[in-house]
Amino acid sequence: MDQPVKFYQTGTFTVGNRLLGEGQRSVQADMERTNSLNSGHRACQGCGEALGARYAIDAAMRATGNRLIAVNATGCLEVFSTPYPETSWQIPWLHSLFGNAAAVASGVAAAQRALGRKDVRVIAQGGDGGTTDIGFGCLSGMFERNDDVLYICYDNEAYMNTGVQRSSATPPAARTATTPAVGALPGNVFGTGKNLPRIAMAHRIPYVATASVASLRDLERKVTDAMAIEGSRYIHIHVPCPLGWGSAPENTIKVARLAVESGLFPLFEARHGEVTSRTPIRRRVPVTEYLELQKRFAHLFGKSPDVERIAHIQAIADRNIAEFGLLS
Amino acid sequence: MLKQTEGSRAVAEAIALCRPQVICAYPITPQTHIVEALGEMVKEGGIAGCEFINVESEFAALSVAIGASAAGARSYTATSSQGLLFMAEAVYNAAGLGLPIVMTIGNRAIGAPINIWNDHSDSMSMRDAGWIQLYAETNQEALDLHIQAFRLAEELSCPVMVCMDGFILTHAYDRVDVPLQRDVDAYLPPFEPRQMLDPAEPVSIGAMVGPEAFTEVRYLSHHKQLRALRLIPDLAEAFRARFGRDSGGLIRSYRTEDAETIVVALGSVNGTVQEVVDEMRADGSRIGSVSICSFRPFPLAALRETLQAARRVVVLEKCLAVGLGGIVSDGVRKSLSGIVLNGYTVIAGLGGRAITRQSLRRLFEDAQRDELDQVTFLDLNADLVSHALDRESATRRTGPTAEALLRRLGTVASRIG
Amino acid sequence: MFQIRLHGRGGQGVVSGAEMLSVAAFLEGRYAQAFPSFGSERMGAPVMAFCRIDDKEIRLREPVLEPDALIVQDPTLLHQVELFSGLRPAGRVLINSTRSFDELGLSGLAQGPRGFVLCSLPATELALKHVGRAVPNAALLGGFAAVTGLVAIESVLAAIRQKFRGVVAEKNIEAAKEAYDLAVKMRESAHA
Repeated sequence: MDQPVKFYQTGTFTVGNRLLGEGQRSVQADMERTNSLNSGHRACQGCGEALGARYAIDAAMRATGNRLIAVNATGCLEVFSTPYPETSWQIPWLHSLFGNAAAVASGVAAAQRALGRKDVRVIAQGGDGGTTDIGFGCLSGMFERNDDVLYICYDNEAYMNTGVQRSSATPPAARTATTPAVGALPGNVFGTGKNLPRIAMAHRIPYVATASVASLRDLERKVTDAMAIEGSRYIHIHVPCPLGWGSAPENTIKVARLAVESGLFPLFEARHGEVTSRTPIRRRVPVTEYLELQKRFAHLFGKSPDVERIAHIQAIADRNIAEFGLLS
Repeated sequence: MLKQTEGSRAVAEAIALCRPQVICAYPITPQTHIVEALGEMVKEGGIAGCEFINVESEFAALSVAIGASAAGARSYTATSSQGLLFMAEAVYNAAGLGLPIVMTIGNRAIGAPINIWNDHSDSMSMRDAGWIQLYAETNQEALDLHIQAFRLAEELSCPVMVCMDGFILTHAYDRVDVPLQRDVDAYLPPFEPRQMLDPAEPVSIGAMVGPEAFTEVRYLSHHKQLRALRLIPDLAEAFRARFGRDSGGLIRSYRTEDAETIVVALGSVNGTVQEVVDEMRADGSRIGSVSICSFRPFPLAALRETLQAARRVVVLEKCLAVGLGGIVSDGVRKSLSGIVLNGYTVIAGLGGRAITRQSLRRLFEDAQRDELDQVTFLDLNADLVSHALDRESATRRTGPTAEALLRRLGTVASRIG
Repeated sequence: MFQIRLHGRGGQGVVSGAEMLSVAAFLEGRYAQAFPSFGSERMGAPVMAFCRIDDKEIRLREPVLEPDALIVQDPTLLHQVELFSGLRPAGRVLINSTRSFDELGLSGLAQGPRGFVLCSLPATELALKHVGRAVPNAALLGGFAAVTGLVAIESVLAAIRQKFRGVVAEKNIEAAKEAYDLAVKMRESAHA
């Protein structure tokens, strides 16, 4: 083709690979895809994490010629993918503990070197709880050593598997079981929380990227690019959780897209601590369009909307847009 | 080859001879010299095909070992005290997954109060995690046990802790015989994992197990340790055949054949105990001692056989079951189920307090006259204790207990022993 | 069994001294045990190390409570720490000092009923002279060989060579040798 074709997934997937050259097609469209995370797992209807993991791991398998080992932290992905006595993983997979996926993966990677298996690569994966909170120490250690591991964080912004408790990735004002929508300031507190992609960048590791299940090919491309790099790499994927967010299961991709288009979840890449690319917002939306679809923000709306705090959230989005230059 | 070297160094040389593939290290007194020596050896190219990783915590150290072992590499780490507690979750995890990791514990007291000196509270805290626990009496045995440990771990698919007294052994210079590489190779074959993360044959390791099978999984690990009761003496015998000396095994008896009083202990204190036994034997006492090497699995049958004819058993412990008394005593008592004899628990050496010949002599003589309490704290400073108790009953705001005791004790730097 | 207790302050090489002594005995085909006893890890705090030497395996693991000999690397400890606690009759005491034991206020000890044999050697000065650092342990071991005859000076020198590397080893050896000669001379003049 002479012209690059842009496809906008505005509600259907009928526009797709038929019009693209083979090299541009999604891994998931390939009949030979590995289905690393096979069907039969027990994820909820509309689970963003299952979607993201399937795309990410299959892309990594293609990039490595099917020479991949995955280490998984405790959490939703680990639990729904291995319901006793079954497993839906078709790749070598290890679940260790909640807080040590990064360290265990470092060990697996070290073993490959010791065993002379230079082509076998390692992915560590966990949710936001296992990454930004309890797994933070081990993650920072892995980054600092520049261990050859790609760490993927599936960020659904709370400890979902244990019943929706607040993590340091939970956004301000969001209702969780431990930041209930009661009292003078319902929901999660403002002025708290960690930005893991920025923290990863501060370690100056070779590759950091954010991705979203709203842009699945972008996600595949980022994983593929990451696997071509040696050393510590980090990809932070935004994955809506219908159960925890109180959004309709069929709206998962739509909600994820609104997060990106509002500026609340910027898509960018960074290398050795410097931002190297960002995905511009095509159609900017006010944060309310995003928040309204999720019951976890319901207390901000209704008869007397919390104008002040909605404005505060809008300010966060505005700042992201300004900082990353998302409207060019 | 005979060498005069630090215990830690001897252990490091033994590990190196075992051809480890991944070593991960986090510093904590008193094990640090071991991993430092290993790090140096790896960096200088002395251990082929070995990756040495400096991790950011003990939790990370064992986690790295878990990943490496699951991926089919022979893995090793070391820790003590607080570090062992910090990795506690991973300790249980490694045993539950059946990964043959070998870990040295440089035995050190657990705080609070913070204390860097030797006792057995650290390894005792993990006694039921499913690891095999071996205690070394001397630096030679510490060196030898690591070689046996790798073979034991890999044959059973069970992690092994080799415990050696911090400072007393780790930092002591002793004469040791460091084996030759070819002899270690003959004794310890290359690692052949039961399970392995391998793209050629994918498996899922670490999945959830529900009520349907959890009991069976646990039973199998129990069964594994019972098998170890046979395997440990076998491997010690094979060791003797190859290297020409007695090291390891379940227990070691010293002059117990006709003993009326038998002292049971773990680790380096056995050396001092044996000296006192000899002194007292020379004076006509019928006394002997038993050193327990394998604490897990606990050698019930072997102990029963050795202790059953005695009149009394004195269990000398460097650990404390707070509110209860002895930990080792529990196991010893269990081994004597149905047999009536006098059993005494002596808590000694906590936090590095020296256990002297003199004190032991007095203690054993009291034992012989059956003039011991059920639980005795050896060399307890009664004045210090009653002072603290008096203060507590006199006033509410007594301040931190440890600091108050130290103030009463005065400067210790000027003291000997 | 011969038991030695070494006293000093952190940073003066007390522990290394005990270790080298054990190596010297090992090189003569004997069994030896050396181990430290220290408080905190900081420099300057009183430190002890122990060494046992025997012709059979040493099983004892208690601190040396009844030494046959003392090596005192820092004379400022003299009236602060109970250095002589447990010293056996006719015990040897080697003190690192430029002053004689009279000047150190120890003549009572030397002439006392227990028959201690005291010797003071300027080990720090010798170390500064040969090595350029105020670490007196090697020199004191040289003196120790002369004072006790427990190990040969050749063994001490070989042990120093094992502990230190290259030029530093040779310099420590010079200090040890001079201390040895000095101690021999002092012993001869005392008997004269």
